[in-house]
Amino acid sequence: MTEPFDRQWTGYLRPDGRKGVRNLVLVIYTVQCAAFVAHAIAAGEEDVQVIGFPGCYDNQYAIRLVLSLARHPNVGAVLSVGLGCEYTQPARIAEAVEKSGRPSASFFIQDAGGTRSSTEKGKAIVADLRDRIRAETPRVPMGFRDLTLGAECGGSDGTSGLAGNPAVGRLFDRVIDAGGTAICEEIVEMIGLRDVILGRAADDRARGELEAAYAKAERYCRDVRQYSVSPGNFAGGLTTIEEKSMGAFAKSGSRPIQGVIRVGEQPPWPGMWVMDSVPDEHFMQFGYTNPNDTEGIMDLISGGSQIVLFITGRGSVIGSPVAPLVKVTGNSRTYNRMIEDMDFDAGRVLAGEMTLDQCASELGAMVADIAEGMPSKPEALGHREYFVMYKHQDTPDLERGCRNAA
Amino acid sequence: MTAAFRIHAADNVATLLGDAEDGVEVRGEGGGTLVLLEPVALGHKVALADIGSGAPVVKFGIIIGTASRPIRAGEWVHLHNLASSFDERSGGFDVTTGVAKDMRYD
Repeated sequence: MTEPFDRQWTGYLRPDGRKGVRNLVLVIYTVQCAAFVAHAIAAGEEDVQVIGFPGCYDNQYAIRLVLSLARHPNVGAVLSVGLGCEYTQPARIAEAVEKSGRPSASFFIQDAGGTRSSTEKGKAIVADLRDRIRAETPRVPMGFRDLTLGAECGGSDGTSGLAGNPAVGRLFDRVIDAGGTAICEEIVEMIGLRDVILGRAADDRARGELEAAYAKAERYCRDVRQYSVSPGNFAGGLTTIEEKSMGAFAKSGSRPIQGVIRVGEQPPWPGMWVMDSVPDEHFMQFGYTNPNDTEGIMDLISGGSQIVLFITGRGSVIGSPVAPLVKVTGNSRTYNRMIEDMDFDAGRVLAGEMTLDQCASELGAMVADIAEGMPSKPEALGHREYFVMYKHQDTPDLERGCRNAA
Repeated sequence: MTAAFRIHAADNVATLLGDAEDGVEVRGEGGGTLVLLEPVALGHKVALADIGSGAPVVKFGIIIGTASRPIRAGEWVHLHNLASSFDERSGGFDVTTGVAKDMRYD
């Protein structure tokens, strides 16, 4: 039998050289007023998904996030739909997507007519885009070295730091050893771990990036008086943010951390990366952030993750658009109770039924199956939750390198 | 007997791998059995040694907070006797449900 981390499958080659595990048409609305029509367009359509930004007033962070999802390796084409009054321009989104070599289209509902005529128009467009990408997208061999995996935890409990997150951490070690890439965000769940995370830095540059991101996160939490620990975590046995942080950080595995990327930024080279999703200080101070798990998952997908691992001790029923979400729990009781939604039971490690290495291999095989086209449970259930919010982050420095040029 | 997992040799707490009422078998970095002074649930922590008020509580080999009152070996360690060194709301949560007690709904 082939080792899971040597496995190859067929992926979709994008013009920038990245490879996708899905070939999707993404419908993007540019204000809440267009959300209903966008969802009506996608309803019942295979391989058509929706994201959108609710605000009428535009926001540079949100546009950067939306564009990174529109030009994601799993996305082949885009239809952008606006109402007609809002600041954010669907035609500009379509233009940027077109420049990336993907077919795209856009229209305003106010120009097309009402709800019904806009929906019909949109359905005709997405059917045409889907036919085109199905016919035209090159199919290429793909393996773990072509993958970027994200990891997010939510609904953590006392088992998360013992089994769920260490299982994903061990998976990430293997993926990185195979030449692949992994991203963790949730710097606000590294509170109390300054020395631990700095000790993982690959070099002085990475250490400097981690130090700055950690210091900002600590300042942010203090200023907005919000720590990323919730009643569900408490009920599951976690008592403090420091304790939750150490469990959460276990999902980053043990390989050196290459540095810190920002939302909408791809890792410039393979390895383990930390994503900073904390707002930067500006005229509105920090603002609120870190509102829910879905927001963090969107951030990880914005970094190019083709698949995201979601570790939940308590259980959760969310999914994601663009990149399949894979639900991992370290709590066998939760796995059995919520088996409809849970993909993987890492609690077997705690029961002594398997080693962490065996667990990581089995999880790796599942990731390869999903990359090959098997739907994850949230995907099969139709979960496509998304969240694009107002936030301020300084524009990332995108000049520091590119994995394709490296 | 239900196991309690001690992750790091420096830890003064262990995490329950199942629900337990009377005693646990300590696994991981440690061994033997420990008498529980009260029931402790899956995922929750038990003190492995007496911890003085204000002393650090250690798990994963790092300080996860300080004891807000004296804790005896075999006692449940949670919101009622362990406080974060960062989170100012720590200590304001219901020990059983975890629900915040400092928010008004009227």
